[in-house]
Amino acid sequence: MSDFILEATDLSRSFGGFMAVRNVNLKIARGSIHALIGPNGAGKTTMFNLLTKFITPSSGTITFNGRNITHLKPEEIANLGIVRSFQISAVFPHLTALENVRIALQKRLDVSYQFWRSRKILSTLDDEALERLDQVGLKRFAHVPAVELPYGRKRALEIATTLGLEPELMLLDEPTQGMGSEDVGQVADLIKRVSVGRTIIMVEHNLGVVSKLADAITVLSRGEVLAEGTYEQVSKNPAVMEAYMGIKAEEVA
Amino acid sequence: MTKPAQVHQPLSEAGEFAEGIPHEKLARSRAAQTVLWVLLIAAVLLAPAVLYPVFVMQLLCFALFACAFNLLIGFTGLLSFGHAAFFGGAAYICGHVVKVWGLPPLVGILCGGVVAAALGYVVGSLAIRRQGIYFAMITLALAQIVYFLALQLPFTGGENGLQGIPRGTLFGLDLNDPLSMYYFVAAIFLAGFLIIYRTIHSPFGQVLQAIRENEPRARSLGYNVDRFKLIAFVLSASLAGVAGSTKAIVFQFASLTDAHWQMSGEVILMTLIGGMGTIFGPVVGSVVIITLQHYLADIGSWVQVVIGAIFIVSVLLFRRGIVGELARMLKISSV
Ligand SMILES: Nc1ncnc2c1ncn2[C@@H]1O[C@H](COP(=O)(O)OP(=O)(O)OP(=O)(O)O)[C@@H](O)[C@H]1O
Ligand SMILES: [Mg+2]
Repeated sequence: MSDFILEATDLSRSFGGFMAVRNVNLKIARGSIHALIGPNGAGKTTMFNLLTKFITPSSGTITFNGRNITHLKPEEIANLGIVRSFQISAVFPHLTALENVRIALQKRLDVSYQFWRSRKILSTLDDEALERLDQVGLKRFAHVPAVELPYGRKRALEIATTLGLEPELMLLDEPTQGMGSEDVGQVADLIKRVSVGRTIIMVEHNLGVVSKLADAITVLSRGEVLAEGTYEQVSKNPAVMEAYMGIKAEEVA
Repeated sequence: MTKPAQVHQPLSEAGEFAEGIPHEKLARSRAAQTVLWVLLIAAVLLAPAVLYPVFVMQLLCFALFACAFNLLIGFTGLLSFGHAAFFGGAAYICGHVVKVWGLPPLVGILCGGVVAAALGYVVGSLAIRRQGIYFAMITLALAQIVYFLALQLPFTGGENGLQGIPRGTLFGLDLNDPLSMYYFVAAIFLAGFLIIYRTIHSPFGQVLQAIRENEPRARSLGYNVDRFKLIAFVLSASLAGVAGSTKAIVFQFASLTDAHWQMSGEVILMTLIGGMGTIFGPVVGSVVIITLQHYLADIGSWVQVVIGAIFIVSVLLFRRGIVGELARMLKISSV
């Protein structure tokens, strides 16, 4: 097997006449944490939507483990082991935290089409669901409806649910967005912990988190790849400093 | 970076949620459910002692129709505006099977259900490619085609409908006897109601709820959302068909009224007034509407005005429907 788990070749997508993503080439090394960064509107979320087929590329190909997945449906992508999160927290609001995680675990039982069966059978998954909630510090909230959780915890719940599928490749769209610095640290630690044995692509605006976690970085700007490399390489790139870091530096100062 | 500021609550802060609270609600909900089940079964069994059996049978047919519809709008999040096609279409099939082929009524009802399921498969496959209002419009358009067929096909009796459907016998039991017929209908209603209840509380129902709450997320977890919706659609259509077929046996005719788009509207009204997405709401809603139609029949088309007014008031004052609002006031779950 190739060292690259996922490869996107000449990926483009236009909305009307507007090229949101233009001829992007992306290679994700197996087992790495790969950060996708860039200013607002750079096309990061659109890249995620393309890679998981939530939107169809205008042109280009995507291969996963050497297999062309360009024409698959989102659920087929997920079932291959590529699971994404969303920029805005994606939980099932009126299900409890435990039930949220169970929706992912349920896939394994292969009973999801059985409408004649009692859902009590799902309680065989409760122990594992609780364990997964514990992993993200949510065990106490197991029976709280997701909608009542504070924002940071919703995001943690989302990660726990995603992990329930044991994805080989996990795509996280701004997992620390809207969190206080303390939570950011915790979520970063969590991502580091769960990255063992899998590959992660993350969109992240917090450069502290990026520098701490990312093995490789791709910088997008106006739908195109501006730079690639490690944090050290990318942060010294003058084009990046102008398009991205410059703004950031002012803001931090 | 201009990110919308989120209300920030640290992950490590002690939570304000005690684990016990939802359990209390759960226990209360279970008790309420048990009471409601007992009431429902008692009411169904004892009703003919106080009410005119044909009237109660009509109630039961519409209640089953509304419950089937609710499976779709309340538990899958799909608004079909063409359910009369399944209800009315199945009535014709059942009538034909019983009257012309001379088969027993139970077989007729099952045939009606199966044909409605097949019809549901076709309509559902076409409609679920679109969302929201477009979904509703496709179901309406296809239901109009069924209505047109009901008007034109030779076996339906056109404007006159299919009349003189014999009630026949069930395992040797003469269904012309009002009480035998009544308990036959009651059994069908309870069976249909149980199937719907179980579907909602099955692993399948759990995925339906996930889809209703966050469709992209369900898809990103690998669920084939369209297939779940289609299965729910077919189930709903077939049970609506069973309801329509049963009505045809009760009244011994199948008519265009049952396949008319107004019927699709009526079942929406029943479900909304009773409480969509609740277990018992559609039963209550159909009782309200059918009772009004029955006792206000003297005032002619003013019934529609009264029902319309009630609908507006209920939508404005209690959006969750009768059962939904009651459940909220008593702080119990309505599913
Ligand atoms: N469905 C769509 N239809 C039209 N334009 C779109 C659509 N999705 C994205 N765009 C546009 O494509 C561009 C890239 O958007 P995208 O959401 O990918 O940016 P992003 O890098 O994720 O930004 P942010 O940091 O704000 O999340 C934006 O200009 C956006 O308006
Ligand atoms: Mg984005």
